[in-house]
Amino acid sequence: MKPNLKDLLASATCALLATSSGVHAEDPHPVGEWDISGALLLYSETDRVQAVEPVINAKKALDTDESINIKLTIDTLTGASASGAVPSTQSQTFTRPSGNGSYVTPAQSIPLDDTFQDDRAALAVTWSRPAFWDTQSELGINISKEFDYQSLGASASFAKDLNDNNTTLTTGIAFASDTIDPVGGAPVPFALVQPQGVTPIRQSGNQDKTLIDLIAGVTQVIDQNSLFQINYSFSAADGYLNDPYKIVSVVDPVTGAPVFANAVEPNLPSVVFENRPDSRTRHSMFGQYKRFMQGSGDVLDTSYRFMLDDWGINSHTIDMKYRRLLPNRKFIQPHVRFYQQSAADFYTPFLVSGNEPQSGDTSRLASADYRIGEFTGYTIGLEYGQVNQHNSWSVALEYYLQSGNEPDGKFGELEGLELYPDVDAVLFRVLYDF
Amino acid sequence: MKRVIVFSVVVLLAGCSSLGVSPWERQNLAKPEMELNSSPLSTALDDHIYFSKEASSGGRSFGGGGCGCN
Repeated sequence: MKPNLKDLLASATCALLATSSGVHAEDPHPVGEWDISGALLLYSETDRVQAVEPVINAKKALDTDESINIKLTIDTLTGASASGAVPSTQSQTFTRPSGNGSYVTPAQSIPLDDTFQDDRAALAVTWSRPAFWDTQSELGINISKEFDYQSLGASASFAKDLNDNNTTLTTGIAFASDTIDPVGGAPVPFALVQPQGVTPIRQSGNQDKTLIDLIAGVTQVIDQNSLFQINYSFSAADGYLNDPYKIVSVVDPVTGAPVFANAVEPNLPSVVFENRPDSRTRHSMFGQYKRFMQGSGDVLDTSYRFMLDDWGINSHTIDMKYRRLLPNRKFIQPHVRFYQQSAADFYTPFLVSGNEPQSGDTSRLASADYRIGEFTGYTIGLEYGQVNQHNSWSVALEYYLQSGNEPDGKFGELEGLELYPDVDAVLFRVLYDF
Repeated sequence: MKRVIVFSVVVLLAGCSSLGVSPWERQNLAKPEMELNSSPLSTALDDHIYFSKEASSGGRSFGGGGCGCN
């Protein structure tokens, strides 16, 4: 008999990860099959980042209340990313992050570092099983590796059913230890970017950070067709939180133009590396409501999240999906998402010459990273698929627009330039459950 | 503060206990599409994109990370 693709994939996954040895033949419950699913995400920003992200997921019920889940994700990113420097009425030459090579940004254009390239592989293993006090536990480990970044994490969460299984209390903790080894070494905060070929001003050794996440939530069944969830989560990050590739322009106090003062490379403007706090504490409230439409079989899924942190950022996220049931177990699901965030207290689109921090002055904070600026994000998408006992599939197409607010305090030539141009992207996602 | 938290939890649970259904009324709630996170792979892929483009993450579950993209 010819083995089917699912069996082949299942045995390949078992052999690769050697997890099947944990299942005992004398287990009174029949051991379930591997449930293998795969996904592919293609992400494309206009003139900027392109990403390809395949995922393979294998889940096996070891018992009626025990399962293991293994997920492997690969990420490939290429393209250009905003460096943080301001545009100018004249062209600017920037040194690449490695210190070798340079790129030219034409006049009137936002400086984009076109050397953005990264590959990432991530493995996550989750083991779900009954634990103390009649709780269901979920224990996880995850490892992620990029050429300049490594992360090791572990998590544990516990769920307890109450009120005839109508109420579920959940609590969890996650810990991660990350190591950052930036190309060319981590920059000294506020050090001037040097021309290519000149030794860059860098710190020695790797940088690291730790993250602790705590979550507590309640899920409640309302009636035969609806339920809701409310979660509070707390997150604390400590250590190196700078983006080692982001820079801040130093502009002339009168003209607002970048300062060109380098004797070796006259077209290199004065740009310095950013500096953020070495800790960050975040609080989030998340609420979700789901409703099954009696009669049509449609499902409404809505959620809202409020996030607040000690960097001065707060954000609101509203997400809404409506899954319309079609004949032959097919469905179509429109999706809208709205996101709005305020700027971090230290968001600094440019520094004024004469008032810029000294190289190495970690008492000052500044970052021109647009992702900690004030902006609104809009997503609109559509998913279409079919649910089968085997071989369920879906495809989704989404459009994402990030519309930034121009920063206050522009003067001189900056007033005629766009410091925060819109960023838009198309996402295409395919899911297949073998 | 502890008392406030304990009091809130008790009130919340007491309120919740009046909601809900009997086990034989769960036909619709038991459907896979009614799981709170009914498509975890899609959610993870989307969350990863937003994690790398926005200053917020998590809420539904842990905040994520393990990536130099933010």
